[in-house]
Amino acid sequence: MSEPVLEIKNLNVDYGLGDQAVHAVRDVNLTLHRGEVLGLAGESGSGKSTLAYGLTRLLAPPGVVSGGEVIYHPEKGEPYDVLGLTDKQLQAFRWAETAIVFQGAMNSLNPVHKISTQLTDVLAAHEPQMSAHSRNARAREMLKLVGISADRMDAYPHQLSGGMRQRVMIGMALILQPQVVIMDEPTTALDVVMQRQILGQLIELRERLGFSVIFITHDLSLLVEFSNRIAIMYGGRIVEEAQANSLYRDSLHPYSKGLLSSFPALRGPRRELAGIPGSPPDLKAMPTGCSFHPRCPRAFEPCAGNIPVLGNPDTPDGANRTVACWLHPVKQPVG
Amino acid sequence: MKFLIQRILFYLFTAWAAITINFFIPRLIPGDPVKSLLARFQGQMSSDAIDSLYVLFGLDKDASIWSQYVDYWKQLFQGDLGLSFTAFPSPVSEVISDALPWTVALVGITTVISFFLGTSLGVLAGWRRGSWIDGLLPATTFLSSVPYFWLGLLAIYLLAGPDSFFPSSGGYGTDVVPYPDWPFISSALQHSLLPALTILISSVSGWILSMRNMMVTVAAEDYITVAHAKGLSDRRVALSYAARNALLPNISGFALSLGFIVGGTLLVEIVFSYPGLGFLLFRAVGAKDYPLMQGIFLVITISVLVANLIADIAYLMLDPRTRKEG
Amino acid sequence: MTIPTSSIDQVIPGQGAMAQPEAAKPGRAAKRRKFRFISNKKAMTGIVILGIYLLFAIIGPWVAPYDPDARGKQFVAPPSADHWFGTTHLGQDVFSQILVGTRAVMLVGLAAGVIATILAVLIGVTAGYLGGGWDDSLSALSNVFLVIPALPLIIIVTAAVPSGGDTLVALIIGLTSWAWGARILRAQTLSLRRRDYVEASRATGESTWRIIIFEILPNLTAIIASGFVGTVIFAVTSEITLAFIGIGSATSWNWGTILFWAQSQQALAQGAWWWFVPAGLAIAFLGTALSLINFGIDEFVSPRLRSAGKTKIKTTSGRTVRMRVGFTPVLDNSAAPHTHASPIPVIGGKPTPVTRSKEATR
Repeated sequence: MSEPVLEIKNLNVDYGLGDQAVHAVRDVNLTLHRGEVLGLAGESGSGKSTLAYGLTRLLAPPGVVSGGEVIYHPEKGEPYDVLGLTDKQLQAFRWAETAIVFQGAMNSLNPVHKISTQLTDVLAAHEPQMSAHSRNARAREMLKLVGISADRMDAYPHQLSGGMRQRVMIGMALILQPQVVIMDEPTTALDVVMQRQILGQLIELRERLGFSVIFITHDLSLLVEFSNRIAIMYGGRIVEEAQANSLYRDSLHPYSKGLLSSFPALRGPRRELAGIPGSPPDLKAMPTGCSFHPRCPRAFEPCAGNIPVLGNPDTPDGANRTVACWLHPVKQPVG
Repeated sequence: MKFLIQRILFYLFTAWAAITINFFIPRLIPGDPVKSLLARFQGQMSSDAIDSLYVLFGLDKDASIWSQYVDYWKQLFQGDLGLSFTAFPSPVSEVISDALPWTVALVGITTVISFFLGTSLGVLAGWRRGSWIDGLLPATTFLSSVPYFWLGLLAIYLLAGPDSFFPSSGGYGTDVVPYPDWPFISSALQHSLLPALTILISSVSGWILSMRNMMVTVAAEDYITVAHAKGLSDRRVALSYAARNALLPNISGFALSLGFIVGGTLLVEIVFSYPGLGFLLFRAVGAKDYPLMQGIFLVITISVLVANLIADIAYLMLDPRTRKEG
Repeated sequence: MTIPTSSIDQVIPGQGAMAQPEAAKPGRAAKRRKFRFISNKKAMTGIVILGIYLLFAIIGPWVAPYDPDARGKQFVAPPSADHWFGTTHLGQDVFSQILVGTRAVMLVGLAAGVIATILAVLIGVTAGYLGGGWDDSLSALSNVFLVIPALPLIIIVTAAVPSGGDTLVALIIGLTSWAWGARILRAQTLSLRRRDYVEASRATGESTWRIIIFEILPNLTAIIASGFVGTVIFAVTSEITLAFIGIGSATSWNWGTILFWAQSQQALAQGAWWWFVPAGLAIAFLGTALSLINFGIDEFVSPRLRSAGKTKIKTTSGRTVRMRVGFTPVLDNSAAPHTHASPIPVIGGKPTPVTRSKEATR
């Protein structure tokens, strides 16, 4: 496995303070390696988006990061903790090192500014020595890269289609050549054809430019197709993490199994389609023990009482995957 | 351009509606008081002037409503609003054009300052929740609940007086002649300070509050999060992203509230005996000078419509979505 | 006269491209704590003050120590034990005038508010729901009434009918001040109309009026209430203004009448502050109470507008950080796990869970 670029260590994110705090992300450990696409899947409310916003400190009040470290390994130089940066340092870190493509393709662009303004103001903020002319040239280049003709530079967001806007956002994310791109449901608002087109293009760009991707979606089928590794979140925790194909073929956690059986197989033998009974847990009133146990078809005696730890299971490929489930004894806990 | 043309058509329509209302109101008056006033000035008026008042107030009972209406319009297009009784024998149009510049200067400038000041404070209050401006809000709520004219009374009582820097009434001192030179202008400025301050204090809180609320609403938009994620400076996010968008509804609010605000500010003129339209209206009401009242209403309405149109043009320039595509 | 203090129109989902429906962000909406209107401090304060005013509107004329018209021997006397708020140029008791005047103020304010609200609901909801030509013409009508300066219009109409009294004043104010409410209601109806449950009712062939009364109106309650309160504020100030410039009700007392006499009898020049200060404060407190109720409604409809609550928090390292958009505070920057997950010892490939303390499941 290649070297890590982003290490999330015991990240905890709450909404609210004190007794009223809702724990949206709990003790998440996750490592993104150089050049890989890491998929993050889960139902809505599982904390996957909160995780993404939390690690870059973009959560609106009353969100707070209540603990953890996010270690970033720059291309050159010593690794450092993103959560320990000052506001100024954080501003410099954002977008230059970690860019985000957001959920709402429609609302990510400022409606009153031209596309060009929104592309070049990143450059103006991060590379102030750059001339206006070269900023414009750079913006043009990025648009070309994502397949938008340069004459759309002076268009306003409302003059572009949803797909084009999301392309602009991807181009914008890559304009400073970050090492990490976080994509939060980047294609949810688009139709299926457009989804695949844009994701395909992104994967191709990744091979060309060599950045790493954290790809967040509730659509596990997309992850199986487009990512190298997949982490499954439930109730604010990571419950399973494995190579995409091993997770697809042989998932260990009952929740992962449930998610996988809720969409038809793209290739290979037919599987029976079944959803997961029940609904995602209320973060304000989490079940005791493993938060999935009320919905779990295989829950047994310890599940309700104790929270299982995430660790390498005792399977042949156990060293390359982790799971948090009482069904699968852990050899070595993570974190 | 389509947007602007639509707006202009709408304002023309509104102007028509206001003029039509103005046409009908005197015709609803029971026992026409204009006639008794006419009788008082009998012999001092030319027959032309009497005719014109007959047309304005529908005293000619023989003519059909329709022909009265047509005559009314004809007369308006000639700028003939009748004769003022209080300023007899000056025509209403002349009396109004003497007063209008005072109101435009006082109310117009103060309202614009109030809008910009309130909007700026609202940006700060909305962006930095829990700052000192949030603490200011209850006080401004109280102040905006006070009628403008009462605040004016209080201001005169507390600040003006024979020995004070602030004169308590009038538009300029008795020692200067209305002529555009420095002594006159400085005297006029001095006289306008207290009324302007009164209007400012009572109207600014509305802008602070609405802008604050818009900022809070806009701050939750995705493009604000994107702007932060892009690592832009907080200042740029607050101004170029949040405030720039929050301003748009506030401008349309400005246009729509003008009618309310102008009503209130005219009252301040009364308290300060300021020689503008409000004070003129007050005197016209007191003297039952109907031609003057009607004329003032028309002029105020048209002025508000023009101000609205200006606000619309500002909106047009600020919001690309209202411009035509391409 | 004041700027309408309600900002509800600015937070209506779907109005303008700015406002996104809450439903689009289920994650964030769900995380907000629910709260009730009554527990809102601002609204409660407003309701209590308003209640006091209503009480005096009812009992005012009975508890007033003097007849407000009765002339006394002390002219323009400052407040004393006999005359709490002093006397006028005719020796009338200002306190009694205020008490007696409360009834007229409240009656006219509420009556005008009711008239305007009924008109606003009729016009706004019809325009928003029926759409098409109805919408175009009714919207144009309300915009016309919005843009025409209301107070001068009210002044010339009231001046034209000098013998009207309070009823006429209330009627005129009510008939001229519905437009703001209608505009807001139209926008909200328009967005409600597109909701699934309304579409569903239409598809099942419910009659238009049934849908409006049972599906639309209940969802407009907060906005109608806010519009009503806003109109009452406007009506009260307009009414007092009319009395202040000497038109409208010449016979009955209201706070504007007191100010009219104070102004015309040179109260300012005589330094008789007690003559005009109490009436102004009475108006200001009534207006503040109504505004507070409206803030409560606003915050009820759009929880985002609530004061930020606690904005400063202490981190474990003892520093104080501020909650602000774009920079989530970091309370504890250490990689120690927070919740106690339980590792399973591996014995013979079978899990042997150990019983753990309750703390593990907090």
